[in-house]
Amino acid sequence: MIKFNLNGRKIETDAPPTARLLDVIREDFTLIGTKEGCGEGECGACSVFVNNLLQNSCLIPIGSIDGAEVVTIEGIMESDQFKILDESYSEAGGVQCGYCIPGMVMASAALLSQNPHPSEDEIREGISGNLCRCTGYNMIVEAINMAAKKGDGLWKKQ
Amino acid sequence: MNLKNISTSVPKKDHKGKVSGQLAYISDVKVENMVYGVLYRSPIAYGKIKSIQLPDLPEGYEAVGAEHITGPNYVKIIKEDQPIFANEWVNYIGEPILMLVGKDLDILYRLLDEVKMELEEHQAIFTLDEAIKQKSSPGVTMASYEFGESLESISAIEQGACQIIEEEYNTGYQEHVYLEPQGMLGIYKEDEIVVQGSMQCLYYIKNALITALACGDDDVRVVQSPTGGGFGGKEEFPSMMACHVAVAAKAVKKSVMLVFDRSEDMVVTTKRHPAKLKYRTALDKEGNIMSMCVEVFLDGGANVGLSSVVLQRALLNSAGVYKIPHFHAKGYVLKTNTVPNGAFRGFGAPQSFAGIESHIGHLSKRANIDPLDYKRKYLVQQGDPTITKGNFRDPILMEDMIEDLLNASNYKKKKAEFQTFNQQNQRYKKGIGTSLFLHGCGFTGSGERDHIKAKVKLYKSKDNQVSLKISNSDMGQGIFTTLSKIVAKELDLPYEEVLYPYPDTKEVPDSGPTVASRTTMIVGKLLERAAKKLKAQWLTGVEQEVTEDYVHREMIPWDEKTFTGDAYPAYSWGVNFVEVEVDTLTGNVKLEKVYANYEVGKVIDDRVMKGQIDGGLAQGLAYGYLEKMTSKEGRIQQKSITDYGPPTSMDVVTIQSKVFDNPYADGPYGAKGAGELTLIGGAPAVQAAIEDALQTSFQQIPITPEVIIESLWMKEGEEG
Repeated sequence: MIKFNLNGRKIETDAPPTARLLDVIREDFTLIGTKEGCGEGECGACSVFVNNLLQNSCLIPIGSIDGAEVVTIEGIMESDQFKILDESYSEAGGVQCGYCIPGMVMASAALLSQNPHPSEDEIREGISGNLCRCTGYNMIVEAINMAAKKGDGLWKKQ
Repeated sequence: MNLKNISTSVPKKDHKGKVSGQLAYISDVKVENMVYGVLYRSPIAYGKIKSIQLPDLPEGYEAVGAEHITGPNYVKIIKEDQPIFANEWVNYIGEPILMLVGKDLDILYRLLDEVKMELEEHQAIFTLDEAIKQKSSPGVTMASYEFGESLESISAIEQGACQIIEEEYNTGYQEHVYLEPQGMLGIYKEDEIVVQGSMQCLYYIKNALITALACGDDDVRVVQSPTGGGFGGKEEFPSMMACHVAVAAKAVKKSVMLVFDRSEDMVVTTKRHPAKLKYRTALDKEGNIMSMCVEVFLDGGANVGLSSVVLQRALLNSAGVYKIPHFHAKGYVLKTNTVPNGAFRGFGAPQSFAGIESHIGHLSKRANIDPLDYKRKYLVQQGDPTITKGNFRDPILMEDMIEDLLNASNYKKKKAEFQTFNQQNQRYKKGIGTSLFLHGCGFTGSGERDHIKAKVKLYKSKDNQVSLKISNSDMGQGIFTTLSKIVAKELDLPYEEVLYPYPDTKEVPDSGPTVASRTTMIVGKLLERAAKKLKAQWLTGVEQEVTEDYVHREMIPWDEKTFTGDAYPAYSWGVNFVEVEVDTLTGNVKLEKVYANYEVGKVIDDRVMKGQIDGGLAQGLAYGYLEKMTSKEGRIQQKSITDYGPPTSMDVVTIQSKVFDNPYADGPYGAKGAGELTLIGGAPAVQAAIEDALQTSFQQIPITPEVIIESLWMKEGEEG
């Protein structure tokens, strides 16, 4: 039995230790915000936080996260930071097909909590592990820039 | 929301569900009594199936194949050449032969490994070059067209020419890499099969299902799920998956889910056609063009699919935006035993524009004239005939668009600066390149009138809520937003109160597929008319419905046999300027600046348009130098996103873009098509910029670091 903390809730799962965290999140806990785009850690659509670090959940066997704290997009949806990101993505037009977006939002939150005032280059680097095929990234970069400004003070370094 | 100016951006209709991830794409859906399907695929490129031996299937696991298809065994597209399940001959590696269905995917994959098949292998055609050599052999040429001035009269002109320039140009595969892999669910019900999934064309799928299941109109229903990117990749391909899940659902009496993982998606789904383009141009002594002959060869892959229509668009764009005094073109779709190629944003035009822009650029170098000056000499103008004896009847703003970018980019000054920079730097070289292009909006020729016959419906409920009832898919491009906006503005309703639910064929008429840059212009116009009609009939508190049918504006009638007439009702236009820095040690290309001007009639939503510009151009630029896909002995070599190399946020730079107003009478608020146009100029501009930096010529895209290093070696060798 593997125990970990998922979105602030203590949970146990009898899934085999080799099961991918992505599948456990989606299948056992029906949290659909974490998407599978490649299954090989290349696209970032399945980004989650594991112990506050941005990770591709498709690459994580749950046996390796016993006792860890896992946060998915559902776990940040009610936060003030998410509201700012939501507004900024809308205003900047950063969302098209939407499939990369939850992962992109997680990457945005991770970046801003590490670096509340990123430069354009730092933003580009911060989301370089998250692929988007629709937007050409610029409107996402703009959204993150906007969120940094709008949410000034919210993105304390952790 | 104030809609005083139609172009002013509004929040996107589907923003909330997407930003939170709570909108359910097909792989997020679970239904009662659902099993998964996995496909057993051909391991060889060409051959005959002698026997198939299935492993012992555990209880609840079943195999579904050709014998379960009640109708004829083909996916209805244009021709009847694509089997749903191959049962006699296989024509490419990865062709579906049968499907295993059951509850557990791990067990299904294990069973798949245990299927044994005896095959009689035959000699396959693996490359376009081999197919060109064999193009007269039976079945190799799947489609061909020829038009323009007669070869005799061209030959007479060539007699008087100062020189004849011949060039051969090659373009590679392009893979869509929509972030959401293909997925389709066949829901089994006693009295109907509901097919739900990621798709662009609901009625293509419905028609394919009616044929495959040999059933009536009411026996199948198609519902679009949120679609995580299409770019043409979800135009015709989903019809095959829909047939798979529907046939399986009917056979096993359970709902069947078929979702590809990324590697399966990359290896077996359609791609942009690799192409070879040949140019033969007669020049006078000043280097002016006297005549031009173009030959286009498309690698169709194993089935014709939509390739004949792709070839038509490739040919229609074979002279680019230029008025060539005497022009002749011929094109072929050739069969190879490789994965079938199909629709991809631009639909044949990106290959043609890459080729013609390259060729004209090379001619300008011979004439010792700046490429842009040379191109402008031949630029078409309003009233000019098209290469098919149609007419460019609307105003063309290209000159203004070019002038604007010359100023914005400081082109002349930059050219001089780069020259100095390149003289002073051994390793890094800078260059600037341009591309001029257009896109014919809507279906080619009489397609809208004869094949699509679009119908739209507006429904008003008792509480005065208006819904759009159309079959067009929002796949990220934003039509939920733009089309709702058009209706809201016409009806003077708040934009938020106009609804556009995900389409379901039970609810919506066939307003045509979501392709060909037709949605805003054609469907948008029909909706505008429907809204006007509803407004005139409006009765508060009463349920009402209005419909509108497509009306064809007769121009110079299109004749597909002679390839003459107006191929498109309208054209959208574009100019791109690109600056690059090339590292001559590694061959790496870095984009420095990208400028883009477009004319799409009228912008329906500024932010949606900018999304199309940035996303389309990023794909187009990458097609020119980053994205490389190859096939070896019939096998796609790039099975992961990283192997293939679409752009990351680090590869793209800010795009300085502007859209020019030029309202078109038959588009809603003057709008024409925009979605495909934005991709087309990327590759030719990036090629021209790399050529400018290195003072060399290329005859292919993508211009990868390997291609650059090889060309530098060649140049070094030549220079001794």
